[in-house]
Amino acid sequence: MSLLSVNNLSVEFAVDEGTLRAVDDVSFYISRGESLGLVGESGCGKSVAALALTRLIPSPPGRIVSGQVFLGDRDLLRLKPDALRAVRGSEISMIFQEPLSALSPLHRIGKQMTEGIGFHKDMSRKEAWQYALSWLKRVGIPDAGQRMYSYPFQLSGGMQQRVMIAMALMLSPGLIIADEPTTALDVTTQAQIFNLIREMKQNETALLLITHDMGVVWEMCERVIVMYASRIVESAKIEEIFSRPVHPYTRGLLEAIPTPARGRNYLKDIPGQVPSPLRYPQGCHFQDRCGYAFERCRNEKPGLVDCGDGHLAACFLAYPGREYK
Amino acid sequence: MNKNSQKTSDNKRDPSKSPLLEVSGLKTWFDLKRGIFSRRTDTIRAVDGVSFSIMKNETLGLVGESGCGKTTLGRTLLGLETATAGEVFFCKEPLLKLSRGRMNRMRKSLQVVFQDPLSSLNPRMNIMDIVTEGLVQFKMLEGSREQHARKLLGEVGLDADMIYRFPHEFSGGQRQRINIARAVSMRPDLIICDEAVSALDVSVQAQVINLLLGLQERHHLSYLFISHDLSVVSNIADRIAVMYLGRIVESANAADIIEDPLHPYTKMLIAAIPVAGEKKTARKIIKGETPSLASPSSGCRFYPRCPEAAEICRRRPPPEIRQNGRFICCHLYGGFPE
Repeated sequence: MSLLSVNNLSVEFAVDEGTLRAVDDVSFYISRGESLGLVGESGCGKSVAALALTRLIPSPPGRIVSGQVFLGDRDLLRLKPDALRAVRGSEISMIFQEPLSALSPLHRIGKQMTEGIGFHKDMSRKEAWQYALSWLKRVGIPDAGQRMYSYPFQLSGGMQQRVMIAMALMLSPGLIIADEPTTALDVTTQAQIFNLIREMKQNETALLLITHDMGVVWEMCERVIVMYASRIVESAKIEEIFSRPVHPYTRGLLEAIPTPARGRNYLKDIPGQVPSPLRYPQGCHFQDRCGYAFERCRNEKPGLVDCGDGHLAACFLAYPGREYK
Repeated sequence: MNKNSQKTSDNKRDPSKSPLLEVSGLKTWFDLKRGIFSRRTDTIRAVDGVSFSIMKNETLGLVGESGCGKTTLGRTLLGLETATAGEVFFCKEPLLKLSRGRMNRMRKSLQVVFQDPLSSLNPRMNIMDIVTEGLVQFKMLEGSREQHARKLLGEVGLDADMIYRFPHEFSGGQRQRINIARAVSMRPDLIICDEAVSALDVSVQAQVINLLLGLQERHHLSYLFISHDLSVVSNIADRIAVMYLGRIVESANAADIIEDPLHPYTKMLIAAIPVAGEKKTARKIIKGETPSLASPSSGCRFYPRCPEAAEICRRRPPPEIRQNGRFICCHLYGGFPE
């Protein structure tokens, strides 16, 4: 039984030049306790898709055009504002890329942490304070007692992100959505934060990790969804995607990742560039950069097709009847 | 195009040739005023005694976490920060002692590519004006401005018809190509790349790295490639210097750094790289964060985070050991009393 299932989600933004479709017909699910990676390059719609799950898209200019997001038997896209607010934070919580802009600069850490507890839990102020303090300690913040009185800017980036993690986890949500949680941090801090998320995440808590970094997905996730130009191009178990990538984009992306080398070394790259969301081609969005594109790719958008064992790919090459290696 | 050339610079370092850039004992300190009437002052030792050299057609990768002083080092070489002490020889000229006029002429040979491609391009200038501005200044134009601009854009893999467009019309990768075109337009000897590919997506990043490698082969450029990302650096550099809190703690050939890191900090950096497809093992975690540059400890600066720290590391600064073309600054490799 999946915890959250997303069906045919599409999000559009009205801009000066017209309407652009940031998320195009995206469907996926997350099981209870699962770690799912949502990978793609900037502008591919991965963050918008994640924000749309809890209706955090600024509207206007954004608009969820179609789709359903089921959490249990409730469709989050059709929930009343009050009911939705009760879901955010306690059932689905988020960790954002820049902790400093996600935390209020005007309020002390303790105040910000207890505010959320007061909203979702039946606790006195004192209890809430103690509860928040215990979580600050759990995420490894030294002098937690004092830090409750600190302002966010007085903490380092890694510490700020720890506070965010504590806030995201302390109401034991069923799903944590982490949007590039370590991109603003150093590699060494990144490793610490990921270990923390792994440790803290209880077994029944699911994680949706949004990132551009395949290495991070490998470390953290069991399953991965690859997005390109507003659409899902591939979805598979993590070992599958690395050992047997199907979509040409996924293959190119995996090959382009720099791995430790012995000095000057030409990398494999994907020629060309991502099409503007205002001018997506008819047919497959990847056709102009794809070495395998043929007639059908120019005219028709490929849907996801099962290539065995739940490995999905949106590529005509993977369609039955085609010999593909 | 994508050839796999695994070259190391083992033979490139010819001791009889003098280096293109030689930095010795460079220090850049900042005074930090605190308290009422700025009575208390602290000193931020952003760069605290750094020495290295870069040969012609060589790339030195400078790696470190944020706040280690790697950007300040680059800016000091460019004359954007004032050095507190030390010497820098570039093309045999003492860079820090040059008059303003001489330094301005020197900038022709010393170019820079910054991290954020948009903020380093003037939004009101079109691409032709941006990439040829320096050429006009130094009277180096070959043919008309337009002709030269077209040639430069072709060189960095952009459509030559784009010369009348403005920076905002380009994607991040294209903007960085424009920055690179501007830097190579002057036919420089050295380009300082300060996190030049860090803001780019993986596939674009690979394109830009390949572009930099190709330009280097064609024009025999040298790069000082500053980045926090050790795996990126190892794909572009001949040699790598690892910086921690204002000092270089280890430097060696790229292959040696990656395959046989000596300094505990370098080992940590390598362990922290998530490598896709590799067997998942419990990675050794780096404890702690980079301490402030204002109050470095008297012994080894890495001591508080070092897994192999001994008593002596706290008390005495580590020795600087040079051996087999490698440099290391650590008590583990000498100076330990038996």
